[in-house]
Amino acid sequence: MIPAQFDYVAPTSVEDALAALAEHGDDAKIIAGGQSLLPVLRMRLNAPEIVIDLGRIDSLRGVRDDGDAIVIGAMTPHSVVGADPLVNEHALLIARAVEHLADAQVRHRGTFGGALAHADPAGDLGAPVRALGASFVIQGAGGTRTVSADDFFVDLFETAIGDDEILTAVRVPKHTGWGAHYEKFVRVAHQWPIVAVAATVRVEGGAIAEARIGLTNMGSTPLRATAVEAALAGQPATEDAVRAAAAHAAERTSPPSDLNGDADYRRHLATVITRRAVLAAAGG
Amino acid sequence: MTATQERPADAVDREIGRDRRRKEDQRLITGRTRWTDNIVLPGMLHLAMVRSPFAHATITGIDTSAARSAPNVVAVLTGADFGEELGVCINAWPITPDQVAPVHCPMPSDRVSFAGEIVAVVVARSAAEARDAAELVDVEYDELPAALDLKAAAADEVIAHPDLGTNKSALWVFDSGEAGTGGNVEDAIGKARTDGIVIEREYRQQRLIPAFMEPRSVVVDPTGEQYVMYSATQIPHILRFALAATTGVSESKIRVIAPDVGGGFGGKLQVTPEEWIAWAVGRRIGKPVKYTETRSESLMSAHHGRDQWQKLTLSAEKDGTVTGLKVELLADLGAYVAIVGGGVPVLGAFMFNAIYKFPAYHFACQTVLTNKTWTDAYRGAGRPEATYAIERLMDELAAEVGADPLAIREKNWIRHEEFPFTTVAGLEYDSGNYEAATAKAREMFGYDELRSEQMARRASGDPVQLGIGVSTFTEMCGLAPSRVLGQLDYGAGGWEYASVRMLATGKVEVTTGASAHGQGHETAFSQIVADRLGVAFEDVEILHGDTAVAHKGLDTYGSRSLAVGGEALVRAADKVVEKATPIAAHLMEASVDDIEFAGGRFSVRGTDQGMAIGEIATAVFAAHNLPDGVEASLDSDATYDPVNFSFPHGTHLCAMEVDTETGALRMRKYVACDDIGNIINPLIVSGQVHGGLVQGIAQALWEEAVYDEGGTLVSGSFVDYLLPTAADTISFDIDHTTSPATTHSLGVKGVGEAGTIASTPAVVNAVVDAVRHLGVTDIQMPCTPERVWKAINGPGAGGSTEGAAMPHFEAGGAAGNQEQPGTSSTEGAGQ
Ligand SMILES: Cc1cc2nc3c(=O)[nH]c(=O)nc-3n(C[C@H](O)[C@H](O)[C@H](O)COP(=O)(O)OP(=O)(O)OC[C@H]3O[C@@H](n4cnc5c(N)ncnc54)[C@H](O)[C@@H]3O)c2cc1C
Repeated sequence: MIPAQFDYVAPTSVEDALAALAEHGDDAKIIAGGQSLLPVLRMRLNAPEIVIDLGRIDSLRGVRDDGDAIVIGAMTPHSVVGADPLVNEHALLIARAVEHLADAQVRHRGTFGGALAHADPAGDLGAPVRALGASFVIQGAGGTRTVSADDFFVDLFETAIGDDEILTAVRVPKHTGWGAHYEKFVRVAHQWPIVAVAATVRVEGGAIAEARIGLTNMGSTPLRATAVEAALAGQPATEDAVRAAAAHAAERTSPPSDLNGDADYRRHLATVITRRAVLAAAGG
Repeated sequence: MTATQERPADAVDREIGRDRRRKEDQRLITGRTRWTDNIVLPGMLHLAMVRSPFAHATITGIDTSAARSAPNVVAVLTGADFGEELGVCINAWPITPDQVAPVHCPMPSDRVSFAGEIVAVVVARSAAEARDAAELVDVEYDELPAALDLKAAAADEVIAHPDLGTNKSALWVFDSGEAGTGGNVEDAIGKARTDGIVIEREYRQQRLIPAFMEPRSVVVDPTGEQYVMYSATQIPHILRFALAATTGVSESKIRVIAPDVGGGFGGKLQVTPEEWIAWAVGRRIGKPVKYTETRSESLMSAHHGRDQWQKLTLSAEKDGTVTGLKVELLADLGAYVAIVGGGVPVLGAFMFNAIYKFPAYHFACQTVLTNKTWTDAYRGAGRPEATYAIERLMDELAAEVGADPLAIREKNWIRHEEFPFTTVAGLEYDSGNYEAATAKAREMFGYDELRSEQMARRASGDPVQLGIGVSTFTEMCGLAPSRVLGQLDYGAGGWEYASVRMLATGKVEVTTGASAHGQGHETAFSQIVADRLGVAFEDVEILHGDTAVAHKGLDTYGSRSLAVGGEALVRAADKVVEKATPIAAHLMEASVDDIEFAGGRFSVRGTDQGMAIGEIATAVFAAHNLPDGVEASLDSDATYDPVNFSFPHGTHLCAMEVDTETGALRMRKYVACDDIGNIINPLIVSGQVHGGLVQGIAQALWEEAVYDEGGTLVSGSFVDYLLPTAADTISFDIDHTTSPATTHSLGVKGVGEAGTIASTPAVVNAVVDAVRHLGVTDIQMPCTPERVWKAINGPGAGGSTEGAAMPHFEAGGAAGNQEQPGTSSTEGAGQ
C-alpha cells in the first residue's frame, strides 16, 4: 500500500491551483480530502506525478446564503455540511444524506466538492444534489462557468469538470420547509449504498404539492426519478398513493450488477425504498 | 484437589475465576510494542514481491533488468536464481497414503497456479523503492485454462496441475459400520425411505478470508551465529522445524521469534512462501531483510478458509428419532495442499454427529485442487462446517416432523446421565449437560414469547417476519492426544510444554510453548500460576513465542492453549512445590512429612513456623544452606499430552427479523449459553465468545471470497469483502453452565472457537425459520438481502454470487486520468 512517488503542492488561491494544473496537465491530480484519491493511489490504480492540494484555499470552505440559494464551498468537509444551520434549514435533504455517508472519520476528512467531483455512482451526495436541482460552479483559466446538476454528471467517475478546471462551489436552490429523507440500503453500516433514494417533498394540507426524488447507484450517474415526481404531485401522502407512484422508480434506470445484488434486484429495491423515503419525507 | 485451592481466605484471593483486565492489552492496543513490522535492524533491506495476475499460466520469461537498475535496488531474484536452496512449503498432514499433492515451491519458475503467486522478489534499501521496482519486473506469461469451480474441478474438467493428471487429491472415509462404532448407514437410509423420513440437502460453505488485523510480516536476520526469523505467525516452533526440514539449515542454527502477533484466526497457522523467500534472500545477501504484506496481498494470498460443498442425507423414524447420517464433502484445497490442508475437513469428520445419538454414520471427503488461493485452517477448522450441516439438518427434520426444533434435538441428544458417552464417530465425550444449557438459554431468550410473536406476525401477514434459530453445538477442543494424531497420520504430536523459573527475588518467569496472538494467555496463565504457587498475579511473567526462550512447544490453534498448555503449566508449577518442600523442611529444621504448602507458604504442621515460596527461592539462589544432594534450583518443566479432547458445548438462540419486501435482515436477540467447563477469566471468555460470535455471524450474513471467471479475487479489498463492525451487531446475551472436563485437573475445555462454530447455523436457521411458511427451506450463505428476497420470490436458495462480480476498486474505474501500471498481461500485478 505504498503509492508511486509524486510531487506535492499546496497553493493558497484558486488561481495558483489553476496555474499548477495548467502547467502539469495530465500529470497532475487534485486532492481535496483524499478519502477517495488516496486509496486509488495506494492501490496504484493511478500514479499522478504531482498532487495539488486544495486544503489551504480558505475561499473554498464554508456555506453561505445567496438569496434564493445557499452556496456550499467545494472544500467544506462533510461533517461541517451536515451540521450547518443553512443546510439544515434550506436543503435538509443534503443534511440527511450526509448522516449516512461513510463513518465519522471519513466525514471529517472528505469534502462536499471532492465527493461530487469524484462522481462515484454509489456516492451518497449526487442523488440529493440532483434532486434539489443544484448547479456547479467550475473555475478555469478562462473564468467561471455554472453547470446544472443534470449536465454535471457525465458517466461513471466522469463529470463536466475539465482537466484544467476546479470545482469551487455548489449552488443549491432553497427548499425551505420541505420534508426530506435519505433512505440508504446497505448490508453493513460502513458500506456504499447498494441503492439509496433521496426524497424531498413539499406537503400542503396533507397532500404532496411537489416532490423531488434522486436515486443513488441506479445507473452510471445519480438519477432523478422524474416519473415518480410527476405521479406524486397532488397526491395525498398515504401509503397507497405513494406506493403507486413509487412503482415508477426503476423506469429508465440501468443499475449495475455486483456482489451485493443484480440489476433486477436493484430495480425492485428502488421501488420499495422510494416509497419508504417519500413517506418518511412527508412525515408519515 | 490442590494445595493452593485450600489456602485460607481463598474465596476472595483466588485468581482463577477473577475477571482480570488483560495485562498485555495496553501495549498491544497502543501499538508501542514489538509487532514484526516495528522491528528495525541495522542495515536492513526491504522486499517487495512480484505476483502473478493470472490464476494459471506458464512463465515464459522474466526480465528483471529495468527493476535491477532502479534506484537503491540491491537485487531482483526469481525462483530460477535459487533452485533447491529455497526449500518447499510443507503439508504436515497427508490425509491418505496416496494423497496427490503438487510440490509447493515458494517461488515457482515455470508455472503459476493461482492469482497472487510470487514469481520474483525485489530487494531494495527502502520498502517504497522495492515496491516501485517491482512494478518494473516484466514477466511474460502464457495463460492456461484454470480450474476454478469446485464441482467442475472435482470432475477433472480442467486440471489445476497438468502434470498430476487429476485434481482429486485424497478421499478420506469413515464408516461406522466398518469401524465398529455403529451400524450401516445405507441400511438405515433404505429403511427410512420405506417407513421413515429421509432429509437430503446440499449446503455450500463459502470461501472465507481469515482477515486478521495485523498483516503478515517477516524479518530475517542472518548476521549472528543462529539465523533469526521474526514472523507474525501462530506457530513459531513448527515454523522452525519446517525451515530446518526443508532448507537444509540445522535446527540448532535457527531461532524463530513470533514477537507480538496481531490476530490469526488460523490464518497465521501456516508456513508461507513469503517466509521461505525472505529466509533465502537473507541467507543469500547476508543482511537482515524485512517483508510486510499489503492488505491487498494479504486478502489475495494469505490462505483462505472453508470452501466446501456438503451433500447430506439424514434418516429418521417418523417421530423424528434419527437413525443415520451420511456426509459427502467436496473440499477445495486451492492450488496447493497447505500445512494442515485436507486435514481441516477431516477434523470435522468427528463432529457431524454432534450431540446426537446416531446409530449409523458415514463420512467421505474428497479434497480437490483448483487454481485459487490455497485453503487451510480458519477459526473452527472443520468443526464449523460440521456443526452448520447438522444443525441446519436438525431444523429441517423438525420442520418435516412438525415439531419444535428444540424438542427434536432433545429427543435425540445424549442425556446428561449418559456421560461418558462414546459416539458413532468413535470419540468419548467426557462430560456435558445439554438439558441444563438449553433450559438456561431458553429462559434468557424468552423463547415462548418470541414464538408467540412469530405466530402473530405470520397470522397478520406482517411484511416483517420473525424467525428463531437454534444451534445446540458441541466441538472437540484441546488438540490433541498425540496417539490420536498418529492414527490420523498427522506429522506431529499434540502435547504442550511449560516451564516455571523461580527467580532470586521470588518473582516467577514462566515459559509456554503456546504462542498467543491476541488470546490473553499472559493474563490467564499468570492467574493459574499465581494460584498454584500462591504468588501475586503481578509477579508472574509469561514468556512465549521465541524458540530460544520457550524452546519447545506446539503453538496455538484448535482451542488448545489452555486445555493442553494450561495443564502443562499446572504440572510444572506443582513440580516447583515438590522441589521446594524438602528445602523448606531443611531450612525450618522439620521433617518433610510435617510440611504443608498453602497460600504460597510452606509451614510446619502444628506450629506457627513458615516460609514463603519466594523466601525459599532466595535461599536456593544463595545456596548457602541446602540439604545434601539437592540441586540449587526450583526450576521445573512439564510436557503434557492430553488423554482426550475436550468437548465444550452450548445452546445458542437467535431471533432475526426479515423484511420480506427487501430481504433485509435485522437481528433482534442473540443468546449464547456455553458450557466450556471451568472458567479461568470470565472477561477473557466473554471477549472470546463475543468475537467468535461475530465471526460466525459474519459467515452467515456477510463474508464471501468471490472470484471472477478469470480466477481473479473480486472481493480483494474491504470494500467488497464485508467485515462487520460494532455498528452491525447487537449486544449479545451470554451465560454459562459448567460441566468441567474430567480428563485433566483444570477442568477447562477451550473457548476460542465456540462462538464461531455455534453461531453460523443459529443465524441461518433463524433466517430460514422466518420465511419457511413462504416455501423457503434454504438460503445460501452469506444470506445477502438479495438472496433472501430471491428465495422468498422464486425457487431455490437465492443463487450464487459467482460470476456477477464487480469490485469497487477497479483499474480504470476509480482511477481517473492516468495510464494504469501493472494491468497489462506482461507485467507483474503491482499491489
Ligand atoms: C472508508 C470510506 C468509506 C466511504 N463511504 C462512503 C459512503 O458511504 N458514501 C459516499 O458517498 N462516500 C463514501 N466515501 C467517500 C467519501 O465520501 C470521500 O470523501 C469522497 O468520495 C471524496 O471526497 P474527498 O474530499 O476525500 O476527495 P478526494 O479523494 O481528495 O478526491 C476525489 C476526486 O475528486 C477530485 N477532486 C476533488 N476535489 C476537486 C475539486 N474541487 N475540483 C475538481 N476535482 C476535484 C480529485 O482529483 C479526485 O479525483 C468513503 C470513503 C472511505 C475512505
